[in-house]
Amino acid sequence: MEWANQLCENRQFGSKMTDSKYFTTTKKGEIFELKAELNSDKKEKKKEAVKKVIASMTVGKDVSALFPDVVNCMQTDNLELKKLVYLYLMNYAKSQPDMAIMAVNTFVKDCEDPNPLIRALAVRTMGCIRVDKITEYLCEPLRKCLKDEDPYVRKTAAVCVAKLHDINAQLVEDQGFLDTLKDLISDSNPMVVANAVAALSEIAESHPNSNLLDLNPQSINKLLTALNECTEWGQIFILDCLANYAPRDDRESQSICERVTPRLSHANSAVVLSAVKVLMKFMEMLPKDLDYYGTLLKKLAPPLVTLLSAEPELQYVALRNINLIVQKRPEILKHEMKVFFVKYNDPIYVKLEKLDIMIRLASQANIAQVLAELKEYATEVDVDFVRKAVRAIGRCAIKVEQSAERCVSTLLDLIQTKVNYVVQEAIVVIKDIFRKYPNKYESVIATLCENLDSLDEPEARAAMIWIVGEYAERIDNADELLESFLEGFHDESTQVQLQLLTAIVKLFLKKPTETQELVQQVLSLATQDSDNPDLRDRGYIYWRLLSTDPVAAKEVVLAEKPLISEETDLIEPTLLEELICHIGTLASVYHKPPSAFVEGSRGVMHKRLPARTGSGESTESPDVGTIAGGSGTETAPSIIPSQGDLLGDLLNLDLAPPTTTGPPPPTSGMQMGGMDLLGGGLDSLLGGDIGGSAAMGAGFGAVPAVMPASLNAPMGGGLGDLFDLGGGVGMPLGAYIPPKTVWLPAMKAKGLEISGTFARRAGVIQMELTLTNKAMSVMTDFAIQFNRNSFGLAPAGPLQVLSPLSPNQTIEVSLPLSTVGPVMKMEPLNNLQVAVKNNIDVFYFSCQYPISMLFVEDGKMERQVFLATWKDIPNENESQFQIKDCHLNSDAASNKLQASNIFTIAKRTVEGQDMLYMSIKLSNGIWVLAELRVQTGNPNYTDLEISVKCRAPEVSQCVFQCCEAVLKN
Amino acid sequence: MIHSLFLVNPSGDIFLEKHWKSVVSRSVCDYFLEAREKALDPEDVPPVISTPHHYLISIYRDKLFFLSVIQTEVPPLFVIEFLHRVAEMIQDYFGECSETVIKDNVVMVYELLEEMLDNGFPLATESNVLKEMIRPPTILRSVVNTLTGSSNVGDKLPTGQLSTIPWRRAGVKYTNNEAYFDVVEEIDAILDRTGTTVFAEIQGVVEACVKLSGMPDLTLSFMNPRLLDDVSFHPCVRYKRWESERVLSFIPPDGNFTLMTYHVNAQNLVAIPVYVKHSINFFESGSGGRLDLTVGPKQTMGKTVEGVLVTVHMPKTVLSVSLNATQGSYTYDNATKVLVWDIGKLNPQKLPNLRGSLSLQTGAPKPEENPSLNIDLKIQQLAISGLKVNRLDMFGEKYKPFKGVKYITKAGKFQVRM
Repeated sequence: MEWANQLCENRQFGSKMTDSKYFTTTKKGEIFELKAELNSDKKEKKKEAVKKVIASMTVGKDVSALFPDVVNCMQTDNLELKKLVYLYLMNYAKSQPDMAIMAVNTFVKDCEDPNPLIRALAVRTMGCIRVDKITEYLCEPLRKCLKDEDPYVRKTAAVCVAKLHDINAQLVEDQGFLDTLKDLISDSNPMVVANAVAALSEIAESHPNSNLLDLNPQSINKLLTALNECTEWGQIFILDCLANYAPRDDRESQSICERVTPRLSHANSAVVLSAVKVLMKFMEMLPKDLDYYGTLLKKLAPPLVTLLSAEPELQYVALRNINLIVQKRPEILKHEMKVFFVKYNDPIYVKLEKLDIMIRLASQANIAQVLAELKEYATEVDVDFVRKAVRAIGRCAIKVEQSAERCVSTLLDLIQTKVNYVVQEAIVVIKDIFRKYPNKYESVIATLCENLDSLDEPEARAAMIWIVGEYAERIDNADELLESFLEGFHDESTQVQLQLLTAIVKLFLKKPTETQELVQQVLSLATQDSDNPDLRDRGYIYWRLLSTDPVAAKEVVLAEKPLISEETDLIEPTLLEELICHIGTLASVYHKPPSAFVEGSRGVMHKRLPARTGSGESTESPDVGTIAGGSGTETAPSIIPSQGDLLGDLLNLDLAPPTTTGPPPPTSGMQMGGMDLLGGGLDSLLGGDIGGSAAMGAGFGAVPAVMPASLNAPMGGGLGDLFDLGGGVGMPLGAYIPPKTVWLPAMKAKGLEISGTFARRAGVIQMELTLTNKAMSVMTDFAIQFNRNSFGLAPAGPLQVLSPLSPNQTIEVSLPLSTVGPVMKMEPLNNLQVAVKNNIDVFYFSCQYPISMLFVEDGKMERQVFLATWKDIPNENESQFQIKDCHLNSDAASNKLQASNIFTIAKRTVEGQDMLYMSIKLSNGIWVLAELRVQTGNPNYTDLEISVKCRAPEVSQCVFQCCEAVLKN
Repeated sequence: MIHSLFLVNPSGDIFLEKHWKSVVSRSVCDYFLEAREKALDPEDVPPVISTPHHYLISIYRDKLFFLSVIQTEVPPLFVIEFLHRVAEMIQDYFGECSETVIKDNVVMVYELLEEMLDNGFPLATESNVLKEMIRPPTILRSVVNTLTGSSNVGDKLPTGQLSTIPWRRAGVKYTNNEAYFDVVEEIDAILDRTGTTVFAEIQGVVEACVKLSGMPDLTLSFMNPRLLDDVSFHPCVRYKRWESERVLSFIPPDGNFTLMTYHVNAQNLVAIPVYVKHSINFFESGSGGRLDLTVGPKQTMGKTVEGVLVTVHMPKTVLSVSLNATQGSYTYDNATKVLVWDIGKLNPQKLPNLRGSLSLQTGAPKPEENPSLNIDLKIQQLAISGLKVNRLDMFGEKYKPFKGVKYITKAGKFQVRM
């Protein structure tokens, strides 16, 4: 029996040994006691004490007072004790920076330890101590560890660079750690590669322009090799990094896809989704008729379906992403409708997402099945879910025309159940069905009217009132019905009040004889007894209309309404494209562009799907891809965020919304079937990116005027760079016209994209605009207005957009400008704030015009006058500039400048220098004088020097920039 | 990357926090607790919540919330996968994942979390690597440690950490070499009122328990691999061989692991092993109703159906039930409105039946919603998809291992609409 006793004792001992005991000591002198224990001579007691401290820390107790005592335990051979002390240090070092210095020596010593585990531990912990003074000491050990012979230490050190960068970015750059990190991408150990990629990606997130992950075919190949051998987490980092690469042609794209495809069978769902992202993106470049394209499409479906059998949290993220994927490529999952059927014990957030996708996949082929399911859901317990299911039936009716009848009868069945919220929801959707298919299902109105009394939610009441008003002529007792609502008018919500007002006016216009009293009653209720301004205004408008011109009133109130579009909640194509590039991220969960919500990401790049590029048309320079993909935001157009006060005078623009009498937009343009979407997306892509990335390198310098119109913002930077390269290549003589840049990206303007430039032609300043409609509906009623600006620029005529702009259409417009508008000094001087209006909204943006637009043709000064003026202008008004790397002789320069109305008055040669004296006259009469020095003696010295003198020195900078641009083209 | 982790119990207490970067105040959890309040069930808390400065990504598992805080754009699936890995690690180390166990071992959990993540980047998540760094607790070891002062922390660099097969450590030795595989299939199905299959699929998984010495290289082949067109593998499986030859070739991890999961959703391949005859009626007057349920075998491939358990979620107004079961026993929980009927083995000769009356709350109208019925069951020695292992071969080692394959079919989310 002795062994049994022993066991019992052990068990007791064992249970005493658990950590729960650390939670029980909450006495007052706890800290004091711990202090004594920490300073004990016995190793074991020390360790126990540190454990107690850590335990208190994990539950959020403040044990920072013990800092010196704990740090004293650091010098030990016991690895566990060391680790525990390190844990403590990471948590509290920040609060006690001076004390933390005490630990530095031990760290530095540990970084030299023969055991790689200890070296790695030291460098890892040091990086977590976010104290500036410590980071200084970290640099040397880190440098050593990055080159350590043991890959475990190297991979730990790679992450440490990211930590250090977070604390002190400048230090990391100065110390050259970024280059070392880049070298690690070529490391022989796949784990080191993966960590280097992860660290670089994190650093790159805060430096969008740094071009840290310089991807080229060689580095891509290394990544793909490492992909097969590294851990699952490393695979995620590498795949996410691969997704940023722009393959040169379809062949490269296909070979990457082939090597990524096996990842779709990985057990880790994050790996799978990152692989899906890479494939979805690179697929865009493959020709559709390629066999491989079809194979790839087929391969994508099973992994997506598998994600839906994982834990509910994973399902949720997967479903949000699948929602994007089915909008972009509905063909992938079109046969998988059933996996989205809702199960009874799915969490509510999964149910709602599944429902959404079911509607997106609904088609004529499967609508019967979908409807049967939706009807089933409408009898479930969860109210939110039931409501959404009923709404979904309505959306099916609107989406699949052939099913409308069946949907309506399903809805009627549901109304018969008399379940209150089901009835209300059904009435709201039936209203939409009426608007989509007018004069088709009005026979059900009688059934709807029976349920009038049970409606207690504003939205349902408003919908019902709308129906009664709209079909007043078919409902015998419409006046009675509306009158019954009128009794409690003041208790209704605004939505219902407004609807009731309109409905009664409609009724009056349809049956004027018997409803005069009713309409007067509602008008007086709305105008006299209400303190809601919207309601009063609408009441007065109707009153005035009815009393002055009943015929006009009829035309306005009973105008034919535009049909509602099929799917109102489709994501706008440009946004969808960007989101597809961000599959698997938070952006994809929220369906918002990453720039919209992620804090701390300074200037996130907009990503776009690559365009299809044939291998034949690839360019020589592999850098083009990176420039296009990785160029910065420095030329991003500045959008005026909202109607700020300086825009006050812009508001005299006609901002009134279009009235309902306007022609209904052609609905055929809104057939947003899956294929249409795809085709449209591709077309615009082809227009944009091929021109941008492939053709640009070769033929750019010669034809700046035919810049692709739908070039997006970040590409602007790349353009600028290329522009420099192509300087001086056969520019035809003529006034300098800068290439078009995007002023207003579609994302900021509900689908309207505006790019443009300025030109001076035959003495007339012209603003040349390219308008592209990237939204799904037609745009009409364009107008333009400028804010007051430095030189009084103003449109000399209206914006000539004659025909409506249909989706995906692009037009070029020239707007002549005058210089007689109101003047206000802008910063910078050549800044122009513009408002553009269309039928959708008013958008604001600002752009900068080259000041050469304002150089008038009679700007040639007499020599004597020039000399006198030059002397006359005080010397402090003179500014000097340099133009680097300009290979022009003085004659060529003179000719170029002349074309832009910069006139050479005299030329002098002194000591191997050509001096050109030039004059410029601005449209507002300001004269600018300049002296240009060109080295003729020394062919290696290619810089030009220019001195500018002007009575208004603030224009000098602009003039210089302008000269530089002219000379370099 | 992952910034912080909080463990929260169902009553909303935060009982552990760990920060991998700077310390985030636990007040950030208030946003989560608010969402928790709003949700009816803990399962219904949305997994991704945004707050003004952070994003909260959480999982609910083993009655605990694992809540992570992130600040920059991070793939949410990566975070969720990692959180599940944390839960599995706790399960693996301490035998269960519960608040008590975590509190009992809080320091070790803390040390483990530190090993799993560095600056938000996963460091070591493979169980065998972790176990070499921090040894799992045993009663004996804790006694020895207390007496000798040695520790649970390994001071050698784990061998698996950097090799191309991180899942296996070197120098494994067993006196009995054995490799067992369990093919477990779960049927997810929805049957409508008439018993017609609305939707059915099989989630299959091959669980392995491999205790082999040295570096064995295994090959597992199936009689009918064509069934498997949607698979995901443990990283050890060589994908190329599967693509070309449809065999699983791998160097296994040591111990228990999931070799692969698969998915059969071709409707005609999914056999439905049981049927339910049901009728539930409520009287128009609203005072009560009647329930009648019968369960019988359908496509069972000649095997016995065991462990049958029927769960019915009753309408909210059902106050009590008075039923009579010909086999097994039933319970009705008035708080959750769940009726559970534990049948046990299904006897084809004498079908189990449950019938009787339901009483409603006084004055309550006839219930509007349809109850739904879920079934649990088990069939031994059968993979319902028909999947069969053909053979297992071992290369690279000389000894002869014991081999075994077991099949079992269960009901997953098996739902019958009433």
